[in-house]
Amino acid sequence: MRVTETWYLTLSALLFTVGFVGLLVRRNPLVMFMSLELMLNAVNISFVAFANKLDDIAGQTAVFFVLVVAAAEVVVGLSIVVAVMRRRPSITADDLRSLKG
Amino acid sequence: MTLAFLAQQTIERIPFDSPTIDWHAFAPEAILLAWTCLVVVVDMVGLERARRFMPGLTGVGFLLATIPVLTLWNDGATRSLFEGAYVVDRYALALKGLFLISGYVVVLLSTQYMADGDYYDSEYYILLASSVLGMTVMASARDLITIFVALELLSIPAYLLAAWRKRDLKSNEAGLKYMLMGIFASAIMLYGMSLLYGVAGDTRLSVIAEKLTSEGTKPLLTLAALFTIIGFAFKVSAVPFHTWAPDTYEGAPTPLTAFLAVASKAAGFVAMVTIITTAFPGQADVVEPFMWVLSALTMSIGNLIAMRQTNIVRMLAYSGVAQAGYIMAPLAVYSQTGQNGVSAASAIVNYLIIYSAMNLGAFAVVIAAARKTRSGEISSFGGMLNYAPGLTTAMTVFLFSLAGIPPMGGWLAKWQVFSVLLQSESTWGTTLALVAAVNTVLAAFYYLNVAKQMWFMPAPDGDTSRVRVPPSLVAALAITVIATLLSGVTGLVPDITDFGSIALGR
Repeated sequence: MRVTETWYLTLSALLFTVGFVGLLVRRNPLVMFMSLELMLNAVNISFVAFANKLDDIAGQTAVFFVLVVAAAEVVVGLSIVVAVMRRRPSITADDLRSLKG
Repeated sequence: MTLAFLAQQTIERIPFDSPTIDWHAFAPEAILLAWTCLVVVVDMVGLERARRFMPGLTGVGFLLATIPVLTLWNDGATRSLFEGAYVVDRYALALKGLFLISGYVVVLLSTQYMADGDYYDSEYYILLASSVLGMTVMASARDLITIFVALELLSIPAYLLAAWRKRDLKSNEAGLKYMLMGIFASAIMLYGMSLLYGVAGDTRLSVIAEKLTSEGTKPLLTLAALFTIIGFAFKVSAVPFHTWAPDTYEGAPTPLTAFLAVASKAAGFVAMVTIITTAFPGQADVVEPFMWVLSALTMSIGNLIAMRQTNIVRMLAYSGVAQAGYIMAPLAVYSQTGQNGVSAASAIVNYLIIYSAMNLGAFAVVIAAARKTRSGEISSFGGMLNYAPGLTTAMTVFLFSLAGIPPMGGWLAKWQVFSVLLQSESTWGTTLALVAAVNTVLAAFYYLNVAKQMWFMPAPDGDTSRVRVPPSLVAALAITVIATLLSGVTGLVPDITDFGSIALGR
């Protein structure tokens, strides 16, 4: 059985859904952050699969940019999470509710 | 074989044409980038001694970068770089000017605020300049990858800036919420873009537009278009993707809130307008109803919640949500109005310019007033006419403008949106114009309520000592008042319609 692009696209859609649902149901900021990374990586698989199918380099180039930007986001995101955790250890997203209305 | 020989061989084997770069077209970004690096170096060399020069230095950078924008505007030619991935036309230039000047005004707003608190001034201004650099790139981007990189370049510094008061849990919360929702939005947008790339086979908008026009509507394409638009809907805080905005706005430092509410939102709109009008001309029957619903929901719900707010920053946040509804309204009829959606794009750009002036001004007054009252409650504005007549007059101008009362700028902006909606002569356009009209009346209620507090109510604790407004805030107020009045009275807004369409760089 040949593994075609469709398999990869399905995998990418599944990963994206896992990340999406994970972000909505998990309440730990770190796990929410990991779910976001999962979504970004699903996008990478999708870009590479399409690039392979279209025989076009642009999709693979896009992956480099997504990777680099995701790395920058991790740096910034983790620093914010650490700043929050320092103030309130064991915080969950539900505890962050001093701002509402 | 020596290493040099190997290198020579490799170079000869790989054909590489270095692209020709039009430095004049690229000058605003190049100057801003070089200047930001300069600010970093000055910070590293000067350390504590350099702190008080930082706002001035950054401000000069923004103004210097505006010079090539003006020369390019006078030149008037459409320049296309990197095989159409980066286009400098009047649409892009008007927006670059807007971003740079708003950046300058935000520096003016921040100067005293940052100097008063122990807030790491130098880094603040460096990140602000990087974010504005992302916006200027966004105005010219005509390629999915460029749009994505520009969006992240403007967002990532903004996440850090929102969490700037790091010892304050509210600011932490603002930053965390903004960061999670922002990355969530970019992930959804990216997924849409990858599908778009899969269908069209290229990342350049011009090629995508050609491919998609012949493709018509397919389920996958619809999904791609909607995902991409939803990504930007988060950035512009359209209902139901607006939930982060009020919390982030309240928790972030107020000058930065002004920046997020104006420049960051405008940049989201730019990407939205560019993608919709250039890449989706053939998908109008999917995109237009979606934008109709998004726009009607955004203005109605934004206004209804804004009415109940007692905190001025939250009220301005929800008013900004509602204003976003008016701004995106022309996109609900973009294919039915003249010149391939250019009249829709032009109405949006003019609205963004006027909105930036009046909203930055309103925030300037809030920042100035909070120096005395130390409060963000609307009731703390009571009796301001007696002890701060200048601020009261300025705030009245901004509030009337936000409410859309002639002859302020906001009136002209609303009028253009209405005329585009009615021009389409379709049921969709007319009904949306009706929704917008009802909302304008609703909105006047809460804007005028603040004006009423300032003019007719007594000061809450009888304290009528004067407000000391620092010179930087006076300058910011002067710029915004003049822009708001001038655009309304003379109708003077940049004309981007002299081109047939938003240039795609083909």
